[in-house]
Amino acid sequence: MSKVDPLFETCLRLGDTALVLGQRLAEWSSKAPTVELDIALSNHALDMIGQAQLFLEYAGRVEGKGRDEDALAYHRQDFEFRNAMIAELPKGDFACTMVRQLLFATYASMFYERMTASTDADLAAIAGKAEKEMAYHARHAGEWVVRLGDGTEESHQRAQDAVNLLWPYAHELFQTDVVDQAMIETGVLPDAAAFKGEWLGEIEAVLKRATLSLPEDDWMPSGGRSGQHTEHLAYLLAEMQVLPRAYPDAKW
Amino acid sequence: MVHEASAPDERAEQFDAWVADENKVEPQDWMPEGYAKTLVRQISQHAHSEIIGMQPEGNWITRAPSLRRKAILLAKVQDEAGHGLYLYSAAETLNVSRDQMEADLMSGKAKYSSIFNYPTLTWADVGAIGWLVDGAAIVNQIPLCRCSYGPYARAMIRVCKEESFHQRQGFELMMALSQGTPEQKAMAQDALNRWWWPAVQMFGPPDHDSPHSAQSMAWKIKRFSNDDLRQKFIDMAVKQAQALHIEIPDPDLKFNEETGHWDTGEINWDEFWAVVKGHGPCSRERMANRRKAHNDGAWVREAATAFAAKERARAEKVAA
Repeated sequence: MSKVDPLFETCLRLGDTALVLGQRLAEWSSKAPTVELDIALSNHALDMIGQAQLFLEYAGRVEGKGRDEDALAYHRQDFEFRNAMIAELPKGDFACTMVRQLLFATYASMFYERMTASTDADLAAIAGKAEKEMAYHARHAGEWVVRLGDGTEESHQRAQDAVNLLWPYAHELFQTDVVDQAMIETGVLPDAAAFKGEWLGEIEAVLKRATLSLPEDDWMPSGGRSGQHTEHLAYLLAEMQVLPRAYPDAKW
Repeated sequence: MVHEASAPDERAEQFDAWVADENKVEPQDWMPEGYAKTLVRQISQHAHSEIIGMQPEGNWITRAPSLRRKAILLAKVQDEAGHGLYLYSAAETLNVSRDQMEADLMSGKAKYSSIFNYPTLTWADVGAIGWLVDGAAIVNQIPLCRCSYGPYARAMIRVCKEESFHQRQGFELMMALSQGTPEQKAMAQDALNRWWWPAVQMFGPPDHDSPHSAQSMAWKIKRFSNDDLRQKFIDMAVKQAQALHIEIPDPDLKFNEETGHWDTGEINWDEFWAVVKGHGPCSRERMANRRKAHNDGAWVREAATAFAAKERARAEKVAA
């Protein structure tokens, strides 16, 4: 790990998670349950892609090798991506999308709220923008998880299945490794472990209103943030990166 | 304004005079049945076009070649959904429900613009749609901002502002391709080859073959004839194609010194009518996708309704 610049690595983790989740949310375009939800999901996708642009642009500057946000987004392999795995799982049905948004956005709003105090001015500035967006996503998703959980028998079952499917992947968001520790020590990143209890409290409150329950904590997959992904990421990237890879000399 | 107490014949006369005088008609005003029917047909068809029109461009959102282009495209397709909503709302003021309009779209009873039944095969198609299809839509729609029916006219003002933004973005995308690598230039030319004629046909059948035009013009729903609007678009697009250094796929295209307009070769109206009748290359797919999205979302809409009912029951219980 000696050659890894922890700040560069951090920017990739934040940027890639935003990008991959944005890509998944964008898959809803023209397929949502209502026109209003189509618009809302596109908004959320746009927020994530906007965050990804900022984080990856900064990553490029930190790296100092002339790579911009598009070079990083379109010309890295799957094992070079540093997103949390929860972002890359298929969009699934509307319940999956809303449960993922609830779990992730609740975490991200708390994370960015603290990151506004980062010792790194660029990250603090991005956090200021991202914090508000993620708080809104969390509220929107929370309202829908409650409607689905406490709606019909079918929607309840789908929402519970989504919670069971996604819950194990939420833990990765709170794990820290040497990169995170270096960043926490210098005040660049907040320590996610410190607010896991608060996060859990918010999630449980929403699930209670939704008449849904959390599964037991047994399997806790992780690895995305160090480049070990699920089988799904390579397909997502193959689709996303197809044009810049097919025409490497082209500017778009 | 038409007086409710007037005799039926007088009402129709008063209405015609009111409209001829460039006054707006509002939802609470008396209006001839045919006027309302024409508007419902036109506005809902327009709304459906926005909704179906999300598909061809949406096809490239996940493959947009830069993050900036991805955000622009996503926002554009999102605007189309928004236009669909304003237009459905405008039509709802004429006492037709959105559920009914959506049902008519999915049953195939209601039509939408034929242009969206063509496939988007390359990234350049996204640019060509923005440039030509939104360009044609603007030419068609700017006069609608002065339409006699108030809610439609007001919706169109907002729609046109956004469409002109889309048109500029599409043209800028084409410009990037036309100044790019040989493959990108070829892509831009190929897109123009495939989209040119369908775009020209977007203005509808020639005037002598347009059954609703005369009455719509009298009611000031429509301001210019199909052929006049088409000519305006062609004159504009020819100049833009020149700026892009790509060639309009019409060997008969030439400038007419006498009229000051560009004359085109023969338009293939057989193809137009075939596509209107549902035989476009993507007609079935577009409809199948719309139905699938609607059906796949049924459980979500049912859940929202059931939850709202539970909430009401809980509130009543607390109140009691």
